[in-house]
Amino acid sequence: MTNDTTRDIVLIALFAAIMAVLGVFPPITLPLIGVPITAQSLGVMLAGGILGARRGALSMVLFLVLVAVGLPLLSGGRGGFAVFLGPSGGFLVGWIVAAFVVGLTIERLWPRLGHVNAFIACVFGGIIVLYAIGIPWIAFAAEISIAQAFVGSMPFVPGDLIKAVIASAVIVTVARSYPVITSP
Amino acid sequence: MIRLDGVTVRKGDTLILDSVSLELTERRIGIIGPNGSGKSTFARLLNGLEKPTTGTVHVDGAPTDRVSALGKVGFVFQNPDNQIVMPLVDEDLAFGLRKSGLSKSEIGERVQRHLERFDLTHLNERRTHELSGGEKQLIALIGVLVMEPAIIVLDEPTTLLDLRNRRILVSLLDRLDQTLIVVSHDLELMAPMDRLIWIDEGRIRGDGNAGDIVRGYREATAAEPC
Amino acid sequence: MLTSDYVPGDSVVHRARPLIKVGLLFLVCTWLFVREGWLSLAAAGLVLVAFFAIARIPPKIVVAAIRPALWVLGLVFVAQLFLADWRFAGFVVLRFAVMILAASLLTLTTRTSDLVEAIERALGRILPARSAEAISLALSLCMRFIPRVRDIFEEVKNAQRARGLGTSWRALVTPTIVRALKSADEIARAIVARSPDGPHVR
Ligand SMILES: Nc1ncnc2c1ncn2[C@@H]1O[C@H](COP(=O)(O)OP(=O)(O)O)[C@@H](O)[C@H]1O
Ligand SMILES: [Mg+2]
Repeated sequence: MTNDTTRDIVLIALFAAIMAVLGVFPPITLPLIGVPITAQSLGVMLAGGILGARRGALSMVLFLVLVAVGLPLLSGGRGGFAVFLGPSGGFLVGWIVAAFVVGLTIERLWPRLGHVNAFIACVFGGIIVLYAIGIPWIAFAAEISIAQAFVGSMPFVPGDLIKAVIASAVIVTVARSYPVITSP
Repeated sequence: MIRLDGVTVRKGDTLILDSVSLELTERRIGIIGPNGSGKSTFARLLNGLEKPTTGTVHVDGAPTDRVSALGKVGFVFQNPDNQIVMPLVDEDLAFGLRKSGLSKSEIGERVQRHLERFDLTHLNERRTHELSGGEKQLIALIGVLVMEPAIIVLDEPTTLLDLRNRRILVSLLDRLDQTLIVVSHDLELMAPMDRLIWIDEGRIRGDGNAGDIVRGYREATAAEPC
Repeated sequence: MLTSDYVPGDSVVHRARPLIKVGLLFLVCTWLFVREGWLSLAAAGLVLVAFFAIARIPPKIVVAAIRPALWVLGLVFVAQLFLADWRFAGFVVLRFAVMILAASLLTLTTRTSDLVEAIERALGRILPARSAEAISLALSLCMRFIPRVRDIFEEVKNAQRARGLGTSWRALVTPTIVRALKSADEIARAIVARSPDGPHVR
């Protein structure tokens, strides 16, 4: 294990832990489809935006493995294999890709990183890509059409946009004071 | 024995240590100096965790940039929260031994032996994050001792301790047979050292017996404008 | 916070190898979609009930396992009621319930540590030793970090309060993350310093 690999492992474990801590904040469940709005989707954007694509995605994998083996780390104290098989399962698995895409976008924008850029990266990876994975799963598992699942998911967009604002501000500040991603 | 020859450390444009040459042969060596003077950087050079920009560090004749000194020189970090890496005390104490080739039961015995030596067996199965600050510092130290290094470097081991825990740590250090290199502001802790090295702005400002160096350091600190 | 809902026991279900349970769960869930119909659902449901009985899981715990999902399942039911009919709505919801309960059975009868160990062993067989080691280190480190990050967060929150600053999300999250990152770098150093027998390349 090289020293750099050790550091990567530590950072991946750290952001999986940050996800768990964000899960302590109670979720707000909006009516209709019932995917809870949680502070944890903020953690997805932060993981990608601060660690970059590869490490961000791996921190989500690690977190989801711990959830899958039964630890109640999802907001509201949920955990276990069952959560992947519920209607919001697609969103959980989508976190991996979302963190990757946020990270990839931030890495590309790195030399010109600002609030607007970072916000776009968070919206693109953390909302558009995430929904593109979560919605088809709801549609498939609940036997509704994609359009219906799409409409049902819209109530979550305002909350997620607020989270993208917070995440992008944090990502930019951290990039200036304690950068982890190195420019390509 | 550790030897530094013309060691300079730079980070970007900042000169952190400036051509330091020393031979460390005494059994108890103290390092003092104001904050930011380069003490931690100096300490990390001694086990090869930090590599000199120029110059060389030899541990028992082997250069640290080519031969790992980590087995010979144990390192106790300032904040035990950053040194304890496992969720349970016994797992953490076994951490450094996991690739030593010892069997699981041999590792367990070694850990147990060290806990017994310092009357800490009651901590064995505790969760590390539930330990008190003093207990954490002791566990961090024992995690190094189980590796049985010949030399132990401690970076400000008493700064986070209250008086009682400080006393426990000091008496524990007194009982060790290893060569100790202690970085500290704790002048009381430094008084019984065989040799003191005073670092200021990356240079050696004083080097000698504890009495002289502590006096010089006190006077210089008192003379500084506030 | 860090304990699962494991129900101690000595049944066949408890003793079955963890990865076999995971495999069966995967098969059942796939089958429920491939052979979509009341018959396969009823069969899966019966087998599940039998397993719960064999494992002697108290009914109270079964209810607790499904309760967090009830609200969502109710919504799905109502949605399907409008889209299709009550029979299909019932089918979709029951299928969710069976899948969720099957997954809960795995959690209720398998210790987290056994499952983690089984995963590590399986990965050890398919991955090079170093990657498997890295994964098991990451798992332990994460468990170590959860209370640490919580402490850092609390310290930051108290410090902001003491300074009379508001506790906006941004004001809390940024310093927590910066401090956690600094701590992480020191921990990475400590891991290197404490692993004299690991190969170190710079
Ligand atoms: N990675 C780094 N990049 C730039 N400067 C650094 C770095 N690490 C330490 N320094 C600076 O080097 C100086 C010495 O640091 P350190 O060895 O930690 O001092 P001490 O332990 O005596 O307080 C400090 O001024 C510190 O700010
Ligand atoms: Mg220091």
